[in-house]
Amino acid sequence: MQDTARTLCGVSLLGLGLGVYSRQTHSLPATALRPPGVKNEKDFLSACVRCGLCVRDCPYDILKLSTFSDDIALGTPYFTARKIPCEMCEDIPCVKACPTGALDKELTNIDDARMGLAVIVDHETCLNYQGLRCDVCHRVCPLINKAITLEPRHNERSGKHTLFIPVVHSDSCTGCGKCERACVLEEAAIKIFPLKLAKGELGHHYRLGWEEKEKAGKSLVTPDQEHKYNLPEGLKYEHEGQGLMKDLPE
Amino acid sequence: MKLSRRDFIKTNAIAATATAAGITIPGIDSAMAQAGSNKIRWDKAACRFCGTGCSVLVGTKEGRVVATQGDPDAPVNRGLNCIKGYFLSKIMYGKDRLTKPLLRKTDGKYDKEGEFTEVSWDEAFDVMAEKWKDALKKKGPTSVGMFGSGQWTVWEGYAASKLLKAGFRSNNLDPNARHCMASAVGAFMRAFGADEPMGCYDDLEHADAFVLWGANMAEMHPILWSRLSDTRLTKPGSSVHVLSTFKHRCFDLADNGMVFTPQTDLAIANYIAHYIIENNAYDKKFIESNVNFTKTVTDIGYGLRPEHPLEKKKTGTGGKLTAISFEEYKKSVAKYDLEYTSKLSNVPKKNLLELAKLYADPKKKVTSFWTMGFNQHTRGVWVNGLVYNIHLLTGKISEPGNSPFSLTGQPSACGTAREVGTFAHRLPADLVVNNKDHRDFAEKVWKLPEGTIPEKPGYHAVLQNRMLKDGKLNAYWVMCNNNVQAAPNFNEETYPGYRNPENFIVTSDPYPTVTAMASDLILPTAMWTEKEGAYGNAERRTQFWRQQVNAPGEAKSDLWQIVEFSKRFKIEEVWPADLIAKQPGVKGKTLYDVLFKNGQVDKYPKQQITDEAGNQYANSEMDDFGFYLQKGLFEEYRTFGTQGPKIGHDLGEFDAYHKARGMRWPVVDGKETLWRYREGFDPFVKKGEGVKFYGQKDGKAKIIFAPYEPAAESPDKEYDLWLSTGRVLEHWHSGSMTRRVPELYRAFPDAVMFMHPEDAKKRGLRRGMVAKVASRRGDISLRVETRGRNRPPEGLVFVPWFDAGRLINKLTLDATDPLSKETDYKKCAVKVEKV
Amino acid sequence: MTASLPEDAGKAAIAEKGWWQAHQWLLLRRLTQLSILIVFLVGPLFGYWIVKGNLTSSLTLEVLPLTDPYILLQSFVAGHEIVSTAFIGAIIVTVFYLLVGGRVFCSWVCPINIVTDAADWLRRRLHIKGGARFSAQTRYWILLMTLLLAAITTSIAWELINPVSIVHRGIIFGSGFAVMVVVSIFLFDLLISRKGWCGHLCPVGAFYSILGRYSLLRVSASKREQCDDCMDCFMVCPEEQVIKPALKGKGKGIGPVIMDVNCTNCGRCIDVCAKNVFSYSNRFNNSTLLNVANKKEVAP
Repeated sequence: MQDTARTLCGVSLLGLGLGVYSRQTHSLPATALRPPGVKNEKDFLSACVRCGLCVRDCPYDILKLSTFSDDIALGTPYFTARKIPCEMCEDIPCVKACPTGALDKELTNIDDARMGLAVIVDHETCLNYQGLRCDVCHRVCPLINKAITLEPRHNERSGKHTLFIPVVHSDSCTGCGKCERACVLEEAAIKIFPLKLAKGELGHHYRLGWEEKEKAGKSLVTPDQEHKYNLPEGLKYEHEGQGLMKDLPE
Repeated sequence: MKLSRRDFIKTNAIAATATAAGITIPGIDSAMAQAGSNKIRWDKAACRFCGTGCSVLVGTKEGRVVATQGDPDAPVNRGLNCIKGYFLSKIMYGKDRLTKPLLRKTDGKYDKEGEFTEVSWDEAFDVMAEKWKDALKKKGPTSVGMFGSGQWTVWEGYAASKLLKAGFRSNNLDPNARHCMASAVGAFMRAFGADEPMGCYDDLEHADAFVLWGANMAEMHPILWSRLSDTRLTKPGSSVHVLSTFKHRCFDLADNGMVFTPQTDLAIANYIAHYIIENNAYDKKFIESNVNFTKTVTDIGYGLRPEHPLEKKKTGTGGKLTAISFEEYKKSVAKYDLEYTSKLSNVPKKNLLELAKLYADPKKKVTSFWTMGFNQHTRGVWVNGLVYNIHLLTGKISEPGNSPFSLTGQPSACGTAREVGTFAHRLPADLVVNNKDHRDFAEKVWKLPEGTIPEKPGYHAVLQNRMLKDGKLNAYWVMCNNNVQAAPNFNEETYPGYRNPENFIVTSDPYPTVTAMASDLILPTAMWTEKEGAYGNAERRTQFWRQQVNAPGEAKSDLWQIVEFSKRFKIEEVWPADLIAKQPGVKGKTLYDVLFKNGQVDKYPKQQITDEAGNQYANSEMDDFGFYLQKGLFEEYRTFGTQGPKIGHDLGEFDAYHKARGMRWPVVDGKETLWRYREGFDPFVKKGEGVKFYGQKDGKAKIIFAPYEPAAESPDKEYDLWLSTGRVLEHWHSGSMTRRVPELYRAFPDAVMFMHPEDAKKRGLRRGMVAKVASRRGDISLRVETRGRNRPPEGLVFVPWFDAGRLINKLTLDATDPLSKETDYKKCAVKVEKV
Repeated sequence: MTASLPEDAGKAAIAEKGWWQAHQWLLLRRLTQLSILIVFLVGPLFGYWIVKGNLTSSLTLEVLPLTDPYILLQSFVAGHEIVSTAFIGAIIVTVFYLLVGGRVFCSWVCPINIVTDAADWLRRRLHIKGGARFSAQTRYWILLMTLLLAAITTSIAWELINPVSIVHRGIIFGSGFAVMVVVSIFLFDLLISRKGWCGHLCPVGAFYSILGRYSLLRVSASKREQCDDCMDCFMVCPEEQVIKPALKGKGKGIGPVIMDVNCTNCGRCIDVCAKNVFSYSNRFNNSTLLNVANKKEVAP
């Protein structure tokens, strides 16, 4: 009886320690990215049996199984964008290899993968923000012009050049990490972060009017009527369009 | 000079006292500058890469370039750089930098099949001179040659031209610029009788619309693209029209993007001319006073070896022009109507029409840009000319914003290759070797006897490789380029020539490039700011820089190598007796004495070079030769422009360039020229002349009709895809510099094959797979890319050529424009297979 | 005959049967354990992929999936829906161990077994006695704890510290951490607790022991009447408590087959018995009568 109590006590203590430790490993380091098909870390840790089959079937040797020093749930697969990013294979062999569905088999188009989200973390060092023509992140992006676009802005300082501002779009970015890898700075100005760290969330009480209109394909309420104005004779007033005061007599 | 802290305080104190007393103490400025030696010293230089000509400030500390910055005062780039320019400070410090001459040897003796062994410069030049003398003795001057560069500094090209054309009396001197803009030169000379654009980069702000004909400026001229984009962004009503054989990054900005079937640009340009005439949108007055109509010989072959079936089939030869009337011209272009052109080119009618309307609109100022898409073209001279036709028909030329503008790919393609005339047929300032007056003038400037310079043009780039292979060119010096990687048809033409046992090949390079490794002697070379230099960019801007650091080890500048090598030749060893008899004074002298110690080149004595701030700079060549070699060469060269038979090539004085952020020639009385050929803008156009194309005898430019003719090699059943080659932003040319910058290597490590996803799928290929791409001449294997920056249409693949590990020129065909002798790197037939 | 000294266990058998015969099953077992490791290692080392993955889940010759049912059970408890590939793999493994005995995994497959056997061997040689004692039931509590933990943390928490998979994965995927685990287990068994890990704590073994409840393959003390009480079998047995009922249970009417779930079917007792008491048999060959008849024949 005493023996059993002692055993139980010891086992509970072990369990408690392990439980606390396992909680810690739930918070994946921001630089460690999961292979495609991981919806969230919690589900993944309940499903991954650490067999490494995904690692074996990665044709570019990108995936690694974490070891004790990695601060990642031991033995689970991950990759580091800055070291070697995901090549986004069309056939997604890692997902196919997974025996348990920890990598979701429903992911059949690699463009739908969400391994993380690219974030321009530093506008002060990003060369394109300074007007230089780097845009390496844009050109290496497998979803160029979808996941990363260059938004041209007038360079006020030089007066005659364009700032090509890289903008990441979360509806397309897979988090493959090519941009972070290729960033030529000493410390990358664009980094892949886990989605929950990288994304903001709009208040549930508010909608963006123009987006809702676009989604609906029309005004959500009765469209505006045509307005009539008091104007000098012969003048066609076109403020909303481009022409402004088109027929103003000279 | 080293100063202790105490010395520093003392000098400071003296300086302060002196300033207070209003006196200057000699040397105090430089002492002050040196005292702060733990600080970075900044000085200006031109970027080492493309033809844009951005200016940078080079930061030097303890004899090493430690930093660079975009030059905020430079008009071209205003402190900006592309990503290659950002890494300029790293290009000189690759781990495998060559520091000693390397000669192939077995058992201590030169052996063509031997191993590279370190040798002294003396031994290197001894062996080299012996081979040169051997060749000259056995086969005469045509058996020696040199392949130079649009990356040479101005004086390097000038010195090489003197050594080859006057010294060795061989016109076998051609630059790698032959691969780059020979077609542009040909068209300029034909249409205007003078080389290089009439406009300048200011057109980027003045124009209302831009048309890109075979130029991917977004990647290849990043800073100019940034300016072009800004105009598009800020000027209401402006537009951008892009023509290419595949979608590239310029299409992002394009209001009118057009992907056309390769080679049909000839038809498209003619269609626009047709549209303009048909709609009476041509400028009648302008045409009457400024234009002659002509047509060119057609069916002129493809510049292949004469025994090639395609060459046997041709019916025409050369570029002779026949005068025609406007009506005849009108009839010639009538065939190229919208229907025909749209069908041939596969460009929708709507887009073609939009483009034609733009050129026809008298209210729109149009600047047309082109580079390799036009120049690397078996009808390159023609197609360049067809765009001039459009601009001449509408009078949209030689004024702000209206500019047909040929861009260049190399930092001094204009400044060195074209202006100095390092081509096989040229002399400085637009002179040519087959014109007796021109030769006479050059011989007069060079103080040489009449008849020194041979009349017959030498071997051009592609012919040089053929002649190496055939054993007719035996002593060959490759300098400042990587032609084994760059030249077409590596397997059949390039490599066999370099390894031909009859030949001795010397390569001067800072790094062990593919070319260096294929040669017999490698000479370690000082690069960029390890020497005093001058480059001329695409807008006629000549920019100078001072030597910032010393070259590593025993590396020496190309200039030093050329001049030093000339010391090895007694005039009797290179010139025939009858030529020497004309000028007995040269007897017993060396080529060095005759060419460089001629009282002109050695005119400026050794001196300390300092900038306005008092910083002192080394000049290794001055130390070695005992006089200011660069200045002497430049001032002698300048006389070609100021006194030569072709007007409008005036350069400013040597010292002026060290002060300015470059100047656009013609520079007359210290004033630059922005737009040539137009009264008021161009000092060579007299009052009342309006527009005068003074390069031509009658002052009129030529509209030259040329038809559409098919490419040399088009896809067929077996080789069913077009191959186009080119560059990427991250790497410059053969990648010998940029691939040694770790960050740039990481950004684009290896060449990939851009192809349409459907084409890949048909061949069982997926993105990322390794595929074999093969032509009739060779094959390479590389990864397939179906996404990314370049999106070829079905039926075309694009492979960049920067990757020494994947030499795409094993596949390309050595078909050239028969007029410009420039290779068509954009079109040949290949097949792609799964490996 | 009196009991041998611990370090002398098996000497009599060697004298009687020769060295090879006295190490027959041990060698075969080591061979199997190493072969399994090698088969897993051929891929990463030489590029010939016979088996991919590791003991938790693997794919053999691109067709045969094998999955550790214990880890899959944890995953299930943690809330993950089980997917067919893993499920099929687990069924195959389960059926196999149902037949040959669950703890065959421990003695014939598990790489830790080599470590703990070595520790035990050295412990005997060095006469290390005493140390911490754990109840043999501890492992079942730990097993229960790992399942509860999986449910509570919704993750396969045990895998964070499971030495069995850490070592196997470490060897195959190359991790230095595996060496530390091996050393720790070795020292634990050598200095802290005799047969501590495999015999008392390991929940993997505990899980497999349950699978072996009704397994077919069994070791039988079929010639128990020849036993000369040398105690060699007790000395070498990793779960010594399993022998006694079968070997000495004749009087209580217990059959000669070792029916205890924790017998690992290692066969070491067969090796070390100079009198050839033990042999592999099956669970049905367990009649006490048979033994009585035998006895009659042999006894004077």
